[in-house]
Parts: sequence; C-alpha cells; structure tokens
Amino acid sequence: MIYKETGQYKSSYKSDHAIFPLLQDKIAFSTLMFIAFLIIPFVINSYWEKAILVPFLIFSLAAIGLNILTGYCGQVSLGTGGFMAVGAFSTYKIMTYFPDMNIMIIILISGLITAAVGIIFGLPSLRIKGFYLAVATLASQFFLVWLFNKVPWFYNYSDTGQITVSERTMFGIPVTGAEAPSYATYLFCLVLVVTLSFAAKNLIRSKMGRSWMAIRDMDIAAEIIGVPPLKTKLSAFAISSFYIGVAGALYFAVFLGAIEVTESFDIMTISFPVLFMIIIGGLGSMLGSFLGAAFVVTLPIGLKFLMVDMVGLSAVTAKHFEITIWGLLMIIFLIVEPHGLARLWSIAKEKLRRWPFPY
Amino acid sequence: MSLEDLKKIPYGKTAIELKNISLAFGGVKALTDVSFDVTKGEVFAIIGPNGAGKSSMLNVINGFYKPTSGTINFAGTDRSEMEPELAAKSGIARTFQNIALFKGMSTLDNLMTGRLLKQKQNFLMQALYLGPVAKEEEEHRERVERVIDFLDLQSIRRTPVGSLPYGLQKRVELGRALAMEPEILLLDEPMAGMNVEEKQDMSRFVLTVNNELKTTIVLIEHDMGVVMDISDRIVVLDYGKKIGSGLPKEIRNNKAVIDAYLGVSDD
Repeated sequence: MIYKETGQYKSSYKSDHAIFPLLQDKIAFSTLMFIAFLIIPFVINSYWEKAILVPFLIFSLAAIGLNILTGYCGQVSLGTGGFMAVGAFSTYKIMTYFPDMNIMIIILISGLITAAVGIIFGLPSLRIKGFYLAVATLASQFFLVWLFNKVPWFYNYSDTGQITVSERTMFGIPVTGAEAPSYATYLFCLVLVVTLSFAAKNLIRSKMGRSWMAIRDMDIAAEIIGVPPLKTKLSAFAISSFYIGVAGALYFAVFLGAIEVTESFDIMTISFPVLFMIIIGGLGSMLGSFLGAAFVVTLPIGLKFLMVDMVGLSAVTAKHFEITIWGLLMIIFLIVEPHGLARLWSIAKEKLRRWPFPY
Repeated sequence: MSLEDLKKIPYGKTAIELKNISLAFGGVKALTDVSFDVTKGEVFAIIGPNGAGKSSMLNVINGFYKPTSGTINFAGTDRSEMEPELAAKSGIARTFQNIALFKGMSTLDNLMTGRLLKQKQNFLMQALYLGPVAKEEEEHRERVERVIDFLDLQSIRRTPVGSLPYGLQKRVELGRALAMEPEILLLDEPMAGMNVEEKQDMSRFVLTVNNELKTTIVLIEHDMGVVMDISDRIVVLDYGKKIGSGLPKEIRNNKAVIDAYLGVSDD
C-alpha cells in the first residue's frame, strides 16, 4: 500500500525508460539528495567525514567501476587496487608537473590515464574467461603496485617512497591537504560521485549497457547479433578503470593525503573489499554498488562499537573478532542471499506493494 | 556486402548460393561437398537425421564456421570468409538450437539487443543521455514493441528471460532475431521440444513473417509434418552429404531420403 504504482500510467516510452519511473522513487531520491547536499554539509564533523562519509563515497565509486566490469560485462577482475594506484599516482605526477591545474581536471585526467592502463590489462580478456581472467588481472594488481614501488620517478625520488598531496582549492576553498574543511572534501566527493553515477546509469540503460550485458550472458549469441566482443570488452575495461582511477585519485588526494603504495593499495585492503562490496551489494546493480560500499565501510565501525563500547572487550581482541565475524558474515550472506542487498531491497519493495494484505 | 545488396535482389531470385561446401574439424568431416541455393522470399528447410551437419551448415552461412573449401555467394558477392558481425550487418539473423538468450536481461532488453547494430550514438552521448540518444532509444523501443505485439510477449516484457518457460524462451529468441529486421532469418530447430499447440503458434509466426515481411527463412526442423507443410523447398543432408533436394512432395517420395530416415531393408 505504501509503495504502489497503481494509477501511475506511462504514456510515452520515454517516461517508461526513466531512471526513476515511479513517483515514490523520485521522492525518495530527491529527499536523499536534499539531505546529502543541503543538510549534511552543515552538520558534518571530522569523524563523520574521515570514518564514514568520504570513504563511503570513494568506495561507492570504485564499486560502480568494478560492477560495470564484473557485474554488467561479466569480466572478473582482482586488479582494483592496482588501478586505484594508477589513479593516485597519476594525480600525484600531474600535480607535480602542473602546479596550477584545477584539482577536478587533474582527477578526471587521472581517470583517463587509468582507463588507458585498463585497456592494456583488458587485452587478455579476449582469450581467457572466468577464473583464468581473474588470475590475469591479479597479475596486473601485483605488477602495478610493484612498478610504483620500484621506479622512484613515480614518487619523485622521496626517501620514504610515500607520496603526499599538496593543497588545492575549488572556488577558493581547499579540498585537498591537511587544511581542507570537512564539508569541502565531502561535497567535492559527493559532486563527483553523483555526476559519475548518473553517467554510469545512463550508459547502462542505453546501447553500451545492453552490449555489455549481452557479452556477459552469452558471448556467442552477442557476436551473432553483431556485438563486437573485442570492442565491447575493452570498452567495459576502459570505463570501469576510469571510475576506479577517479576513486583512486580521490582516495589519495582527498581522503588519505599521503600514501605508501604497498600499504594503501594492497589486494587485501582494496581489491578484495571492493569485490566483496559488489557481491554483497548485488552484481549488476547500481544501487547494489552503494549498498555494498555502505555495508563494508560501516561494518567495522558497527562491530567495534558493539564489542568495545558495549561489551567492553579490549581493542586488540575486538580487531581479531572483527575479521572472524566479517568472514562469517560473508559466508552467511552468500548462502542466504547470493544476489546481494539490492535483491533484498527489491523483495522488500515487492512486499511493500502488498502490505498490509498478505496475499 | 551490405544490407542494401540483399534488399536489392528481386524476390524469386537466388539470395545465397553455396557451392561445394566442405567443413572438417581435424579428421571429422562435418560437411562434404554440399551445394544448394536459397531463393529470396522462400521458406527453405534443411532436414536430416541427427549429426547430419545441419547446424554446421547454418554456422557456415552466418560466418561462425569457415568452410574448409567451397564458396558462398551472397547477393552476387563472394563471402566465403564471412564474420558473424558482418553477417549481422548484412541482414542475417538467427536463432539457436539450444536457446541462446541473455538470461539475466528482461524480454524487452533482449529484444532491444537486436537493435544494437542500428543504434549509432557514441558512448559520451549515451553517458550524458542527451536528446538524440533519448530519441534514438524511443525509436527503437517502438520497433521492438511492434515485435512484442506480434509475438504476444506483452505480459512478460519486464520478466528476466531466464525464469520464463521453454516455449516462451523460444519465442523471445525469435523476437530478438525479428527485432534485427533481417532479410534472411536462420532458424535452428525453432519447434524442438514443443507441444502441438506451441508448434502451431510457432508455425503461424514463421509463416506470417515470411508472408508479411517477405523475409527469407532458412530453417532446420525435425517434425516432418511441420516441414512438409510450411517449407517451399527442402534440402536433405545425411552424414554431411547432400542426399536430396526439391519440393516437399518430391522429398516425400525420394528413395534416398526414405532410406536415410527409416534405414535400408535387407531384402
């Protein structure tokens, strides 16, 4: 009864093909955007920024990127960490060579550079599929991290091997560096994430997205109806890498400020968690990318709150438990709802349509 | 070769000409020296016992397999080196013996994939979803809705095809091929595993497509009743060789064909 589409007739194909075809969805989305843009910036503090909101936004972007490649185009990738590192180091190098360039442009160029790298590492996908491709992308993860560690040019020959962001401003307000206020970094990430999410959704609901899904579901049939496998797979690698590259650039420049490549872009800190995000959230679902990112970012915080603050365990013990519970939840999740949180949400919507009548 | 070439051929003239086609996988000879031609606008059937090379023949026609020797002539142009993508661009659509739908996508999206080759907007325009892209989407949606109406698929428009029953999946697959608006439609056992009513429906669809849209149809089918009823001409394969061809009534009385299907008696 709450969530019913009765009476909402679509009289054109255009309105039927809208991103939010239902009035309820439109209202919910507008409310969310209102809160995100006009309320949160005024109440945000450093804890919410650093611990929850900014990492959530950045990992949402990375999850969308990986979801395009794995969820929509069916090409499994374990190289997310490597590609995020490409985005981060591109940003760093461009910042060094062009001190006056606008940070937004720097980040988008870093995305494009990552897209180019993604195409190169996507080439094996033409010959190999599934687990074998996953192993090939794993190689890209290790190669890229090794490269950024081994070649001093990438970190400007600093002694520690660390790269540190310098201060950049948007409209006179610093968005990177230690001085950046919480609301500025948050809004900067939010604008990028919202814009790029809409772009991704548009791609998915038009020709490009259908080509990707055709390749994912049945590549032979896709070829027969005229979808070129080479171009389609590489376009998925390119666009996915662009998103992951932008996420990597934000992760370095806006979120952490200073990184050391083997630590920050490790397979265990980035590649697997982002893959978990899209599995938990829902493969091939935009909403799933956000839900998965929210789940993975907030779970450790929730568990810590539960174990340290409520039960009174020591922080070290809690940390050990956290990893165990994390693994356990993954397993339970995959058994109970293999299609992820996005599927749970659509089941809930289906139930709400009928509530309170149980037929 | 392009779609225009196939369109230009008048009805009743040869659209595809296959000459001495042989296809071998290592030592296995799938096809040996098969020649036949398909006339534009007809319903042409390829029949034969299991393993006769019928599906291989279709795969050769739409470029999925390259013939070991022999020539294929499309609309007066030699196309022995056909690629599936080129075949699709030239106006050849096909369905598969084992349904090859995009299982995770809805019926509507499956049919929309049939329009992919005709959508011209580049990906930046798609990402921004500007006017031309929206207009193009609407145009193709309208074409696809016509196919949906024709095949009675309205009620399953939004259903993921993986969850549809077999008969409907076959129909959606035909719909996807029709959405391509092909000049030549290759159907690989469109009625396999169907009951009588479903076969009647499918035969009706095939004949309507042939009559109304003048689409040339090449079909493989095992149900002899259906084949004899709906096809204009038939070619019979056995062990990769052509053993007969002609009108249905000629095939019905062909000694070699009867032997291939029923076996040769000892006396």
